[in-house]
Amino acid sequence: MNILVCISNVPDTTTKVTFANNDTEFNTAGVQYILNPYDEIALSKAIELTEGGKGKVTVIHVGDVSTEPTIRKALATGADDAVRVNTSPIDGLFVAKQIAAYAKDKAFDMILTGRESIDYNNGQVAGFLGALLNIASVSVIKSLSIEGSTAVLEREIEGGKEVIGVNLPFIASCAEGVAEPRIPNMRGIMSARTKPLQVIEPVAEISPIKTIRFETPSAKSAARIFSADEADKLIEALHSEAKVL
Amino acid sequence: MSVLVYLENTGAQLKKSAFEAVSYAKAVADQINTNLIALSIGNADPSGLATLGNYGATKVLAVSNDQLNQFSNSAYASVIEQVAKQESADIVILVNTFNAKNLAPELALKLDAALINAVSSLPSIKGDLFSIKRAVFSGKAFAEVQVSSAKKVITLNPNTFEISSGDSSTVIEAFNAQVSDADLKYNVKETIKASNKVPLPEAEIVVSGGRGLKGPENWHLIEDLAVALGGVLACSKPVSDAGWRPHEEHVGQTGITISPNLYVAVGISGAIQHIAGVSSSKTIVAINKDADAPIFKVADYGIVGDALEVVPKLIEVIKQYKAKG
Repeated sequence: MNILVCISNVPDTTTKVTFANNDTEFNTAGVQYILNPYDEIALSKAIELTEGGKGKVTVIHVGDVSTEPTIRKALATGADDAVRVNTSPIDGLFVAKQIAAYAKDKAFDMILTGRESIDYNNGQVAGFLGALLNIASVSVIKSLSIEGSTAVLEREIEGGKEVIGVNLPFIASCAEGVAEPRIPNMRGIMSARTKPLQVIEPVAEISPIKTIRFETPSAKSAARIFSADEADKLIEALHSEAKVL
Repeated sequence: MSVLVYLENTGAQLKKSAFEAVSYAKAVADQINTNLIALSIGNADPSGLATLGNYGATKVLAVSNDQLNQFSNSAYASVIEQVAKQESADIVILVNTFNAKNLAPELALKLDAALINAVSSLPSIKGDLFSIKRAVFSGKAFAEVQVSSAKKVITLNPNTFEISSGDSSTVIEAFNAQVSDADLKYNVKETIKASNKVPLPEAEIVVSGGRGLKGPENWHLIEDLAVALGGVLACSKPVSDAGWRPHEEHVGQTGITISPNLYVAVGISGAIQHIAGVSSSKTIVAINKDADAPIFKVADYGIVGDALEVVPKLIEVIKQYKAKG
């Protein structure tokens, strides 16, 4: 089984987000980058499905050379090889078009992504890939199991889940529950250095979406603190002031 | 030209977020001086559809095709595309639900439209210049994006736009959608609804617990507080990681993002990743025994005290308040 896992490189979750250049760019000074947590889940599932000689996992990332440590981490976790498309990831459709150009003649049995990246929260790549490659695509799955040439997926819906049967090949974006994220071990870290990381040039594409400004929410005024005996005053404030009760 | 709004229904009833989407779409249609068309797929009750005139829909198109009884993303995207083309809709609006996450990219590609998801406010439209804000960095910031394509597909977060209604009628028309087998790319074996509770992304009141509850055996306090307030349960990441509560309740940067009217955080310190998922809450109440806990920096109201002592008192007061009527 050949699985392609799409990964992104994101600021770690403790990052205090600030902007530079007149609030037009994310300020990367001092920011630690990590493999997007949902992509770790997708990667871990792919490794689980292929380990023990049952197949191969390729990771693909759209990003510049500074992202290679994250790609090596994916290799250390257990991917077999990696591809980096040498361009900045402009938006979901742009990234999907780059990945589709690579994947279209490779006969992957499955393409997995994380449900969204924690920086831009678009969650669109799996959906765009399905449309571009004309393959079934299911977004935000909580579980995945393979039975021969079909898969059973559980897709998250409001208040529950939908159990879906789909033939291979298919595409899915993974949420919590699909797999426990794996941590690279010493052997993985050593072998990551020599596993293949192929750099390919992007296809020429433009995006109609441009970020013109970022904003951080203004700091709130101090909270009104009540003592434990003043619960009735809190409820009164929630009713008459905040008008939420 | 027109604006098209796609409505989801739960069985025969339109969801509350459907009315929010119609109100939003009507405001957008007014911005560009055009009509609002609404589209319903499935077996929504016609009397519910007829009320959509009050929220601004000039016409409601109803599709009820047996092949569409179960949601199937490519088939639904194809149907919405057919309607958008018939109505010359340059802007298509959907509520940001799990179904929308599944169908919006394909719909946008079919329409050659830009996809902007998870917005909570109206666009700024000045002649040809169209820009709109959306939350980024898991709720830590907003990005204003300018969109230069002629067509746009926009998904609107539930519980972020106020419903606005008047007194107008509308016209309901059946739309005969073409669905091919090739559009049905997977089969739905079963739909399992955990409960009929309001899902977290749509909840107006959320009561959330963290490690300050000390253990799952104390969760009746959170449950009782949620019942007293009429709210939905949530929890912090350490609590769901520890298995005290299910993943589905985890709100935060790597969990669910919510935008309730009232968020009550009990025994939650307020780590930056947690705040990211709840910062769109209109009012935040924090209960924590540490007066320096970061949660108090984002809370509107708070009680400093041990959750195990404070929550029972709070529940009593709420019950008395509600009994007064």
